[in-house]
Amino acid sequence: MVNGSSVRRLKTPLTKDDALSLKTGDVVLISGRIVTGRDRVHQFLFHERPDKREIPFDLEGGIIYHCGPIITPSLALPLKGGGVGGGKLIAAGPTTSMRVEMYEADVIKSYGIRGIIGKGGMGDKTLTALKEYGCVYLHTISGAAAYLADRIKGVAGGWKIEEFGEPEAMWLLDVEDFPAMVTMDAHGNSLHKEIERLSFERLKEMMA
Amino acid sequence: MLKLRDGIIELYKKVATSVPNDVEEALKNAYSRETSPLAKGSMEIILSNISLARTTSRPICQDTGFPVFFIKVPKGISHQLVKETVIEATRIATKKVPLRPNAVDIVTGKNTGDNTGDHFPLIYMDETEDQSLSVDLMLKGGGCENLGQTYKLPAELRVEGYSVMESNLPNAERNNTITVLAERDFDGVRKCVLDAVFKAQGKGCPPYTIGVAIGGAKDQVAFLSKRQLMRRITDNNPDNQIAELEQKILSDINTLGIGAAGMGGETTAIGVKIGTGHRHPASYFVDVSFSCWANRRGRLIW
Repeated sequence: MVNGSSVRRLKTPLTKDDALSLKTGDVVLISGRIVTGRDRVHQFLFHERPDKREIPFDLEGGIIYHCGPIITPSLALPLKGGGVGGGKLIAAGPTTSMRVEMYEADVIKSYGIRGIIGKGGMGDKTLTALKEYGCVYLHTISGAAAYLADRIKGVAGGWKIEEFGEPEAMWLLDVEDFPAMVTMDAHGNSLHKEIERLSFERLKEMMA
Repeated sequence: MLKLRDGIIELYKKVATSVPNDVEEALKNAYSRETSPLAKGSMEIILSNISLARTTSRPICQDTGFPVFFIKVPKGISHQLVKETVIEATRIATKKVPLRPNAVDIVTGKNTGDNTGDHFPLIYMDETEDQSLSVDLMLKGGGCENLGQTYKLPAELRVEGYSVMESNLPNAERNNTITVLAERDFDGVRKCVLDAVFKAQGKGCPPYTIGVAIGGAKDQVAFLSKRQLMRRITDNNPDNQIAELEQKILSDINTLGIGAAGMGGETTAIGVKIGTGHRHPASYFVDVSFSCWANRRGRLIW
């Protein structure tokens, strides 16, 4: 992805040690299963706090992908908790992570999440939670939906499709060498914050 | 109208699966100029995604956007009929392209599943002296739409800088809020746009195209700033003073160092396009619209 950075291969589920061993700037290639969740999923997990057994996917050590994919719904396989499996992925890039800032810290804590994939970075509340519970924020290329869909090998399941709508459902995806970069680590570092700090210094000069 | 319907379905397909040549050229130029390795790496993936989407006929982005139509109808053709044709074409295109169903009911929270609903798609229609009907379509991503801002000048802009979570920075750097006076002049407009871009950071998929409107009514400027995103990156504003302002703001934005995908770098925006409308003496609105790098737009002449 980028010359000069170290590349780490990650296999899900992640352990706390996996999360702690990653540093901002590390490029990762993720293989295994990741689960999508955006606005509705976060609001739901935060307010309704469903028991882990009610959710058809195991979130412990999991990675949440802020993404509302385009999926052709040829869904047939029934899963526990009313989910379904199958379907073909057409396009699946990241959505803006900052919109779930108010919920994410709580979701990380309650469901044992070890990785968040998204775009644009998140705020201090999430950065604090990453450090407190051992989790990382992984930035992937915004709008590279066809490119990223090719790293997703299949749709293992879907949940809340009817209720939340296709873009906002929880989709369990099988990924292979899915590329991302650690931009917020479990040690309080954020590359997004660093860019914001530098751009603020330049803004001050131009506003003078 | 059947042929028009099929033409609009094709237009949806073209706009969802490709970016216009001028946008792709601008991105390629930005890529070759870029010196930051992170930004260059991001641009490389963006460019390969563009050609991958084109060759495999897949949407460039999973967010196939809020469809916005700007239509010019010759005299004597029913606007209502054109509107019904657009809606039917939208339903078919959602399945055929496919597009992501994006229309969500405000009351029930249900997704209609076919990209149609109240004021969805958004359709602006005008009558034209021309013999042919022209349909301009923009597929407007939600992430960049959320970054839009409206200012009422004069205004004191309060810009909050980075947060200082842990005090490991020297004291001099901890003064992180500035107040900027934006007056009713072009410099005030420039300050508003910089404020909007600073607040946007990398949240809406830079390099951005920025549409700006200056005028005297809320809806007038919201419409005009979005309309600017339909202009070619390479066009020249017919008004020299506005053209100069567009260049000045673009160069200021690109000193911010937000860069492609918000990972730093030299190109935060590939274009700034400004439109104006007459204002009321009491009002001076500045509206800023953002497009992500995938500024998806196209035209059908029928």
